[in-house]
Parts: sequence; structure tokens; C-alpha cells
Amino acid sequence: MKTISAAENTAKQRLIKTSGKNDRGELRGKIIISIAAFIIILATISITVFLAVKGLQAFVADGVNPITFLTSTNWNPTDDGSSQLGAFPFIFGSLAVTLLSALIAAPIGIGGAIFMTEIAPSWGRKVLQPVIELLVGIPSVVYGFIGLSVLVPFIRDHFPGIGYSLIAGVIVLSVMILPTITSISTDAMASLPDHLRDGSYALGATRWQTIRKVLMPAVMPSLWTAIILGMARAFGEALAVQMVIGNVRDLPSSIFDTTATLTSIITLNMGHTTYGSPENNALWSMGLILLLISFIFIMIVRFLSARRRV
Amino acid sequence: MITAEKPLQRKQSDPQPASSIIETRHLIISYGPTVAVDNVSLLFRKNSITALIGPSGCGKSTFLRSINRMNDIIPSARYEGDIIYEDVNLLDKNIDVTALRKEIGMVFQKPNPFAKSIYNNIAHALKFYNIKKKKKLDELVEDSLRKAALWDEVKDRLHDSAYSLSGGQQQRLCIARTLAMKPNVILLDEPSSALDPIANAKIEELIIQLKKHYTIIIVTHNMQQASRISDETAFFLNGHVIEHGETNQLFMNPVQKETEAYISGKFG
Repeated sequence: MKTISAAENTAKQRLIKTSGKNDRGELRGKIIISIAAFIIILATISITVFLAVKGLQAFVADGVNPITFLTSTNWNPTDDGSSQLGAFPFIFGSLAVTLLSALIAAPIGIGGAIFMTEIAPSWGRKVLQPVIELLVGIPSVVYGFIGLSVLVPFIRDHFPGIGYSLIAGVIVLSVMILPTITSISTDAMASLPDHLRDGSYALGATRWQTIRKVLMPAVMPSLWTAIILGMARAFGEALAVQMVIGNVRDLPSSIFDTTATLTSIITLNMGHTTYGSPENNALWSMGLILLLISFIFIMIVRFLSARRRV
Repeated sequence: MITAEKPLQRKQSDPQPASSIIETRHLIISYGPTVAVDNVSLLFRKNSITALIGPSGCGKSTFLRSINRMNDIIPSARYEGDIIYEDVNLLDKNIDVTALRKEIGMVFQKPNPFAKSIYNNIAHALKFYNIKKKKKLDELVEDSLRKAALWDEVKDRLHDSAYSLSGGQQQRLCIARTLAMKPNVILLDEPSSALDPIANAKIEELIIQLKKHYTIIIVTHNMQQASRISDETAFFLNGHVIEHGETNQLFMNPVQKETEAYISGKFG
């Protein structure tokens, strides 16, 4: 450390850069940080490229018609050349569980957020916050196991069908995405400036009018972000859904019917298909579809947060 | 109710008790263990402007917010004493606070328009009170904007976002929004402290205009503002009212030495 006080040096000595001595530490830091960033970017790009190459294999090498793949309900992989690879039931299953679970979890999650921020900010948050954190911490296999041992028998006893069903998957997923939706919504509601509430109450609005007419419109883009992120989680979940949905290759005829999702079919079949076989390649194609739809979710979130700034 | 009680002994500074619209009697407001307003008895005359002055944290904003029960939002707030408004004790448990806030409107320090169009900022509040007909809404929106001296500036862009207005215009929009409720009393909490001098001058001019039809209570940190626009002034210090009287009197010949020290800028 230099002990000379500033006054003893001229301004030139003090302020003009001389040697690169100080710069060396700066440079080292910059390199470390840049490497970290580079690794993240590289990982993302290579996974995307790998999945794209593998996923397109079925269409390029095996001659599967992409339109047939996306729209046909016929999934009949064989080892001779006569495989029929239509993934529509799984795409439909994935989208159905995602949308339906969001439909259940969104009102409950947003309701919980409103309760915590507007109705009972002091004790509501104290009680609900740990509950939500606990829900996040439970591993998905536990959700699946509870679904399997409680939900499936209950549905079998009280509704038509064998218990394994679309609705079982939807309920398990709703509970799983509930904390995501609730915590993001709560943060969004809590970050609303108090002067909005003041303005509304000062006009004689009731609490409900304030929530519905002033706070909700202001926070809507963030709530959509919360819902979409919840949906992205539901869409990508494999294990818990696979345990309760039944995993059959047909389109469900009702919510009590068995079906399958892209993720559940991939996890079930990836292990016992031959690498490079048409069926294996078709599974990769399904992985690519998962990735593309996740990208779409992310794009929607980005679009919404861009709009929020206006 | 305390209406049976004899009128309280008045300080000499209360000039015309007959025309009072709001009177606080021994009002104490506390947040948990902190007493923000301590035993304040003040009287506000109809169609007059009363300025509340005093250093930050002296309880004047808390006092103001208690008049239309805005402190109810704060769970730890406790009241003692009475606030009498046209023979009704506003601290009564059975007061309909939403109806009260319609009669006693409030404008805040920071302009707080809603994330809606200029038109809907006003129409929105009217819809709370079941005014839904388009024609009636149009009429009331125009009327309120005219009263707030904003109509000429915004009549061609009523459906633009309220955030496209300047700070001063936003504040006048907030005043228009309050006027649309047809209040009797308007509470202003440092309404122009976030604005530039020109916008400030417009707001002051507007407040003086509004005096004809409304009773106005304004909290301000700006001594010149208090002396320019108010008829009466109350000086708050540490939750107490040190002095209350006619504005000219209070500024020219303050009785208490704390008042003199404050208005001459010795503390605060």
C-alpha cells in the first residue's frame, strides 16, 4: 500500500494510468467470469444442437414423415421397416396435463398470493410462506408415489376407469406447480407500490374493488409469467406423471381415461430401445419437441416481461 | 356519541365555531407503542383552507390520514378521542369507510394515477358507485377535468395512458379523480412537493379555486405555500399542536417560541 497522501503527488501522477499493475487483477477476474459465462452458453448451444441433430434423424434417416409424426395417433414401433410412429397422443397428453394443471393451480396460487399480500399480510405470509417452501422441496418421486398410493385408488373407487388417468396426472402436477405460481405471484403483488392501494382506497373503493380493479390489472403481466413458468415446469415433469397417468398409446376419451405424455414415453422407452433404431430416433424427436415448446414458453415469458416495462 | 356534551371550551384562535365542518377532540393516534398524534383538538371551518405544518415525523400526515380513516389499512394503528364531522363521530365502529372516503377525498404526495387511460382513471372510480351509462360518465369525466383545470390540456387525448402526462398533470388528474366523487372535504398530503415550481403554482391556483366549493386541509413542508394559500394554519411538533390560528397571524406574530423558530427556519 502506498502511504503517500494525495497532496504530495501531482494530479498527473495520481490520475494518469502508468503501468498495468492494477489491470492484471482486473483482467484475471474478467477471464474467470467470462469462462463461466462461456460454459453456460456453450452447454445450452451444444444441448440444443445435439438434440436437433438427433431429433431430426427420424425424419432424415428413417424417412418418417414429420406431418405424420406430429398428427398421427398410430404409435407402433417394430424392428422391421414397417414402424408407424405417430406421436400425436403424447403431444396431446403433454399439452392436456399442462393446460389442465395450470387451470387448477393458477386460481389457487394467485388466490394464495392475494391472501398473503392483501388480506392477511402479517400472519398469512408467516404461515403460507414456509408451507410453499416445503412444497418446493418435496422430490417429484414423492409426489408421484403419493399420487400412486392415494389418488389412483381413490379415482378407481369413485369414478369410471382404472384409476390411472389423465386427471390423476393433472392433480399431481397442479400440486407440484402450485408453489411456483404462488411464490412468483406473491412477489409480484408485494412489489406493487403502496401509493396505488392508497389511491384506490382514498376513492372509497372496497378492498375487493381495489384488488380486482386496480391491483390485478397492474400486476397481470407478472401473473401470466408466474402461470407460464408453472406450465413450463408441468410440461417438463416426467417421473411423477409417469407414475399415475397409465402410459398407454391412445388418445384419452375422458379425463378419467389413461394416456401418456412426451416425457413419460421417453423415460419409459429410452432404456430398452436400440440406439439408432427408428423408435429410438423417434424418442429423440419427441425430446426435440419438448425443447421447442419450452422455448415457446420462455419466449412468452420474455414477451410479457418486456411489455411490463412499458 | 358525544353530541350531548356541551361544546368544548375553545381557544381564542378558533374564530367561527358555528361554521365548523370537522372537529377533532383530544385525538390520540398510536402505532403500537409509538404515539404519533397526541391529544389534538382542532377545528376546521367550512370552505376554508387549513394548512398543517411542522417538521417531518411530527404526526401531521398521520393526523390527516385519520380524518378519512386511511390509517385503517395499517393494522397497528389505534385511535382515541373523537373526530366529529357534521355531528357524526368518524371513529365510530359502524362508520362505512368507503362512503366516508367518497365524502372526504384525499390526494397524495406522489401523483398516483392508475395504469389506465386518462378517461378511465376517472370513470373507474365512478363505476364503483354504479354510474355505468356512457353519456353520464362522459359528462362527469369532463366536469371533473374542467374543475381540476386539466380539460383543455387533455381533451384531445382522453384515451392515452395516464402515465403519458407530466407529473403536474398527473397530480391534477388525481385531484380530478377525487373531485369526481363529489366530496365535501379534500385532504391534500403535500400535493405539490414532488413537482416543479410551475406545476406547483398551477396546483396552488387550483386549490384556491376549489375553496369555493370544498373544505380543504393541506399538509405542506413549504412555508411559502402555507402562507400563500391557507386561511388558517396549525403547527405540529412531536404529535402536539403547538399553535393554531389565522395564517397571517401565525406567520407574522407567532405566540409560541417553537412556532417562531420553525417558521424562521431555525429547525425542522
